[in-house]
Amino acid sequence: MNSASTVRRLVASGTSLGLSTIGLLAFFGVWFLASASGLAPKRVLPSPSDVAVTLYQISVHPFAGYTLEQHLTSSLERFLAGFALAAAAGIPTGLLMGWYAPFRYAISPFFDSLRFVAPLAWVPFAALWFGTGFGGPILIIFSGAFAPCVINSFRGARLVDQHLTEAARTLGAGHLRLMAQVLLPGALPSIVAGLRISAGLAWQSLIGAELIVVSSGVGYLIVQGQGDVAPAVVMAGMAAIGFVGIAIDTILLMIQRGILRTWQGAVQ
Amino acid sequence: MRAIIPAVSHQPPQRRLISLWPSMQLTIGGGAVLIALAIWFGSSALIDTTRFPTPREVYSAGLQILTTGYAGGTLLMHALHSMKLALLGFFCGIGCGMPLGLIMGYSRKAEALLNPIFFFIKPIPPLAWIPLAIVWFGLGDSAKIFVIWFSAFVPILINTYTGVRSVDQTLLSAARVYGADRRILMREVIIPAALPMIFGGLRISLQASWMALVAAELVGAFYGLGRVLMIAAQDIYPGMIVIAMACVAIAGMAMTKALGLLERVALPWLRPMQ
Repeated sequence: MNSASTVRRLVASGTSLGLSTIGLLAFFGVWFLASASGLAPKRVLPSPSDVAVTLYQISVHPFAGYTLEQHLTSSLERFLAGFALAAAAGIPTGLLMGWYAPFRYAISPFFDSLRFVAPLAWVPFAALWFGTGFGGPILIIFSGAFAPCVINSFRGARLVDQHLTEAARTLGAGHLRLMAQVLLPGALPSIVAGLRISAGLAWQSLIGAELIVVSSGVGYLIVQGQGDVAPAVVMAGMAAIGFVGIAIDTILLMIQRGILRTWQGAVQ
Repeated sequence: MRAIIPAVSHQPPQRRLISLWPSMQLTIGGGAVLIALAIWFGSSALIDTTRFPTPREVYSAGLQILTTGYAGGTLLMHALHSMKLALLGFFCGIGCGMPLGLIMGYSRKAEALLNPIFFFIKPIPPLAWIPLAIVWFGLGDSAKIFVIWFSAFVPILINTYTGVRSVDQTLLSAARVYGADRRILMREVIIPAALPMIFGGLRISLQASWMALVAAELVGAFYGLGRVLMIAAQDIYPGMIVIAMACVAIAGMAMTKALGLLERVALPWLRPMQ
């Protein structure tokens, strides 16, 4: 930690900050210039400022029936319902598959073949069985989010140290107690990691579903923007979608960190 | 330590139980599938055919799309068209994402320059690009290739970058001490060490490509499995929906398995020992 190395590190971080700024300025600069110079017409590529203005406008004035907030609210309601359903069904399935071999043998032929059906391929049946309002999109979210929940819970259940379960059994832990106090805590980190993956897939599947079958939500907003050939609306919607995606992932990351901390604290 | 203890403590009866497992797996798995099929066949008379197909309907739908065709082509034409687009977009995405990931992983300066841009692009789910792709390119193949390119681009970039960054520093220093120049370092040390991560990224990219293709074809297409799904949904033809979904699954699985084979060939040192 002498002063020369500190200076060198400061210079290095200064250089990387400078390069980052250059990268960002170049990105937005090229975008802005391409649009402002008329090289790319506004009907094709609106400038960054157009997108920002549009983002404000659609959050104040309704577009495609609702304001941006209302679209986001209906998207998030669907997301939460579908994601909760997938977690509630997927985590027990995965854990049971990990703990009871016969159950795994019975389930895995179905699971392995259905897993390869792309979530959006459920769209026709989702519309046919549950309609296009609330139930249909939820089936599609479910089909995107279910598999990671199952796979990670399964892995978590298998990762529990055999010695721990044997020790607990020797000490006289019953079936329920073994599950609640040894197997479930042991599997928890992997389960939460799976939840993060499935939240990302759920959000993405929901956007896909809203593009095709639903008549509210941010996905519907951008597909209406496409119908009106209003790329500024499409891009503003994309920005909102990306932002909500980051927010969801951040919340789950915080939960994951919290659980890992208490989990490791409990072990020590 | 762990690896040794079970080998010593294995009792003969346990071992016999283990050798019985595969057949037990086959019995239970096969039994469950047979029971499910039996229920499906047995309840044919009870099924509301506007909501779920009977086995007979699935059979006739399969026969129809194989021989006379449906939604503008036979099954083979639709499936080949979809797979061609998915692979084209996939290879474009890999062609951009892998070199960028290598560069960003290798050079801190390139990382500093490109990371902020990537930061803005990464959170947007690939499927959200579909409307913009349609505004820019229309309903033809180029819009789909654009969306698939993007879906494949992000995972392979992240994994390549992570793979390069996690190369053992000692290996790099050792290679440098022995006089390896940048090209040799890349070819002999960095890429082989990062290859397992890269293949992980390829698998995620491939699955994302396939998902994006199905979505893009559902939104609007003239050909392909997504188009078959869409037309079947409009015709309320559950038998054809099942056929199209099965094809989506089989084609996706075939491409994933092909990649797995490639991985086994490319990474001989990671094969489980026989």
